[in-house]
Amino acid sequence: MKNHWMKAKWIGLLTVLMVFLSGCGKNHLSTLRPAGEVGREQFYLMILSIIIMLFVVVVVTILFAVAVTRNRRSKRGENFQPKDVATNHTLEVIWTSIPIVLLIILAVPTVYLVFKQADTSASVTDDGEVNPEETVINVRAYQYWWEFEYPSEGVVTAQDLVVPTDERVYFNLLGVDVKHSFWVPAAGGKMDTNIDGINSFYLIFDEDSAAETDRIFYGKCAELCGPSHALMDFKVTALAEEDYDQWLADMQAIEEPAEASSEDAQAGQEIFNNSCMGCHATTATGAGAMGPNLTNFADRELIAGYLEHNEENLQEWIRDPESLKPGNKMTGTYDLSDEEIELVSAYLMELSVEEGSGDVEALQESREASGDDESGEGSADEETQDDEDEEEGN
Amino acid sequence: MAQTSARKQGVGSVIWEYLTTVDHKKIAILYLIAGGFFFVLGGIEAMLIRIQLAVPNNDFLSAGLFNEMITMHGTTMIFLAAMPLLFAFMNATVPLQIGARDLAFPFLNSLGVWLFIFGGIFLNLSWFMGGAPDAGWTSYASLSIASPGHGIDFYALGLQISGAGTLITGINFATTIITMRAPGMTYMRMPLMTWTTLVASVLIVFAFPPLTIGIFLLIFDRMFGSNFFIVEAGGNTIIWEHLFWIFGHPEVYILILPAFGIFSEIFATFARKRLFGYSAMVFATVLIGFFGFMVWAHHMFTVGLGPTANAIFAVATMAIAVPTGIKIFNWIATIWGGSIEFTTPMLYALAFIPSFTMGGVTGIMQAAAPADYQYHDSYFIVAHFHYVIVGGVVFALLAGLHYYWPIMFNTMLNETLGKITFWFFFIGFHMTFLIQHFLGLWGMPRRVFTYLDGQGYNAANMISTIGAFLMAIAVIVLVVNIIITLVKNERVGMDPWGDGRTLEWSIPLPVPYYNFAQIPLVRGLDAYWVEKKEGNGKMMPSESLGDFHMPNNSILPVVMSLGLFIAAFGAMYFPDGKEWAIDAVSGLDTKPWALPVLMIGLAITFVSMGIRSWKDDLGYYVTKEEVERDLEELERGGK
Repeated sequence: MKNHWMKAKWIGLLTVLMVFLSGCGKNHLSTLRPAGEVGREQFYLMILSIIIMLFVVVVVTILFAVAVTRNRRSKRGENFQPKDVATNHTLEVIWTSIPIVLLIILAVPTVYLVFKQADTSASVTDDGEVNPEETVINVRAYQYWWEFEYPSEGVVTAQDLVVPTDERVYFNLLGVDVKHSFWVPAAGGKMDTNIDGINSFYLIFDEDSAAETDRIFYGKCAELCGPSHALMDFKVTALAEEDYDQWLADMQAIEEPAEASSEDAQAGQEIFNNSCMGCHATTATGAGAMGPNLTNFADRELIAGYLEHNEENLQEWIRDPESLKPGNKMTGTYDLSDEEIELVSAYLMELSVEEGSGDVEALQESREASGDDESGEGSADEETQDDEDEEEGN
Repeated sequence: MAQTSARKQGVGSVIWEYLTTVDHKKIAILYLIAGGFFFVLGGIEAMLIRIQLAVPNNDFLSAGLFNEMITMHGTTMIFLAAMPLLFAFMNATVPLQIGARDLAFPFLNSLGVWLFIFGGIFLNLSWFMGGAPDAGWTSYASLSIASPGHGIDFYALGLQISGAGTLITGINFATTIITMRAPGMTYMRMPLMTWTTLVASVLIVFAFPPLTIGIFLLIFDRMFGSNFFIVEAGGNTIIWEHLFWIFGHPEVYILILPAFGIFSEIFATFARKRLFGYSAMVFATVLIGFFGFMVWAHHMFTVGLGPTANAIFAVATMAIAVPTGIKIFNWIATIWGGSIEFTTPMLYALAFIPSFTMGGVTGIMQAAAPADYQYHDSYFIVAHFHYVIVGGVVFALLAGLHYYWPIMFNTMLNETLGKITFWFFFIGFHMTFLIQHFLGLWGMPRRVFTYLDGQGYNAANMISTIGAFLMAIAVIVLVVNIIITLVKNERVGMDPWGDGRTLEWSIPLPVPYYNFAQIPLVRGLDAYWVEKKEGNGKMMPSESLGDFHMPNNSILPVVMSLGLFIAAFGAMYFPDGKEWAIDAVSGLDTKPWALPVLMIGLAITFVSMGIRSWKDDLGYYVTKEEVERDLEELERGGK
């Protein structure tokens, strides 16, 4: 009878576990749907720990339930005098040693993975430069947006991170104003963007998983960074390697800000150049800028990191950013009329990068060149220098 | 001066009595009232947080206000509710359990409680004076330096004042337990509540100085122009994280160990069976306290300390599970073969075992560092630490409230209402926090003021909020229960639970202000139980009836604390509008009165310290005749 009950309890618990672990969570967002090797290793470690811990919980719960049901005073009688037992040496040894064994089982893969996942040595060459043969991305976190720089290719973008699939993508993380934390739950754990120095780690995005999620994963800031911490989302677009190279080449090909085509957009560009360009670049260069790079703005998934990408939201955002992202640094830095805002947004909505416009071979050459380049432009700590470049370059 | 049994006192004299008291029993009541008030305040903040998060894209609280709410909820609950409420029970029980007439330093005990109260008031005044702190209870340096206005200053100064009180209290309890045990009360006969209080006090002594230093550095940066955490000027913000967690992790054990103590007493009492594996329990308590100092960096696995640090701290953290497991199994073995009476305190104690085990195992899951990269700063963490703190500490506080109520107030809380509270709280608690584990795994970061629709978080958050309301109902029922009990004021006699095992139950109620007419002789573990079984059910005295010494009341602790309270305002407004000040306050209007206020406040404190130091206060003697009168009266009372 008892055996039967225990078995039923086991099956019940496992079912609950299965439902929660497999049935829930979104593909592009859940740690339980790992989209690459790093996330998968962490997921397996979670499963291992959950199984061990579930075993502990079940043992404790059963012992506890039996102890409570058997020893009720209503059952024992008011006059029952329990026997005082000081201790039992054998029992103490058992419940000290079994947990030790369980913990060793958990500790071994933990230590192994800690060292494995911290190995970013391939992202730098022997001279300490960015290794052009690997995908390395410098991430700078700002209140409340993200800048992504591809140092080997000299490309800068913001908010929408583009990564290649099926290979290690190395990230160099830095917080610019306060500490943030870079987290793409589906791809793997997070790492903090300290303001004190650069943190490096890597993630992998599987081609198969990317195909299942329309190539989009969600990224989030995981460290409280001010009022709009909750809205500091970003998107990750995972492309197959050729598409990724093509995208980089396309971005690289934009040397001059694109000329607006429609009349409204042209007027908007004028206003943009006067009021916005101090912070926002429209060529894919100038890492460490005051505001997000807008080169491929029209191609992006979201406005301000979390709103649906349409002109209405864009105008709303430019009109009153404080109401959408409290505490942001854009509020009050410009003075535009409603009419001007409409024109600017018309311009921004034209800022698209034409697919296939870039030359992949030129991209390869620039990578090789950056490998030979001694200045080591890629390192993210040279932001002051980059800042100056940005201002002069535009 | 000697407050003889003055039954009918005016309101004014009662207030004066509590302002000046150095009696541990009255200080326990002060801690209970102030801690209870802050507990309700923190609870209201929690409800507002859950209302905001009930549905996606909610605008019940603004983003900035939400951050103030979470910061104050965490800070209030840890520093101003949980710890003071534990101090309330420590004060109420520990001197009685070890057979002492008061703490080693009664004056410092009073100073401790008043520093805590003034620090707590100062912190909460932020709501009315330009905004509460908003950088989380951890107040990480880059954000806390950047946070505009004076919110963080309220946090730093308020915690500094109340933290000083905590440190003083820790020293006091450690000294008391080491030096003031009754004859026969050897270390290995001390009740578990006393043992855990001792270890927690030692933890306080070692853990609070890092916090004090961290907060001082923050105060200097924010108020006096230093650069400890200002990176552009060569500072380093990671140091704050280390200092905070070198304090912060032992803090968890400072909270949970006394909770373990309360539960150990309750299990033994209501199972009518001695604690199983007493020496293993003591050993485990000490071991947990020791390990507690070697694991702080598991709060910082994602900071980038490197694989070696992460691996070491991961394994060290796992090791803590062993002594904790020993405790859980020994409690089960205690009730095994016992005779369990389902009183309200026992219900909490029983519910604690599975609830706390769940919090413990998720802790071990987080010790696996690579998996923690996923859990860290997600709702999984929120779920975990609420399972530990609520399922462990708050359950213990509620259990202790019902269990020790007769010792503190000579009445009994209503058991029916107590059980209603328990069930609402128990169900509400699991409903609120179980689902949050999954929210975290589904990618919801913690400390978000809202979340977007379509991420699969909606239903789980709604469930969580409903659970929070059940807990709120439980607290309301509890408050009603307390009010009814106080109004009815039905006195109970000695050993009201009938199964008291330790010294505190051997004393007539109300407990005389000198606790023991004669210091008892302790003949074994569970001293009172030993006498019940082997003697005549009365403690044997270890001394003949005679005069004994007691301390005088003093208003100085209030004055000292008030001085620091005033000085804090001066320190806070000092940098306003100054050129060298950080951006957060340099734009504010200058306040020329700030420096004088700072100096006046400090002067008040130092002068009262001087009075305490140079003016002899030798206390007074309780005479043999008075004690004999009291004993006769007790005889006539027939109890």
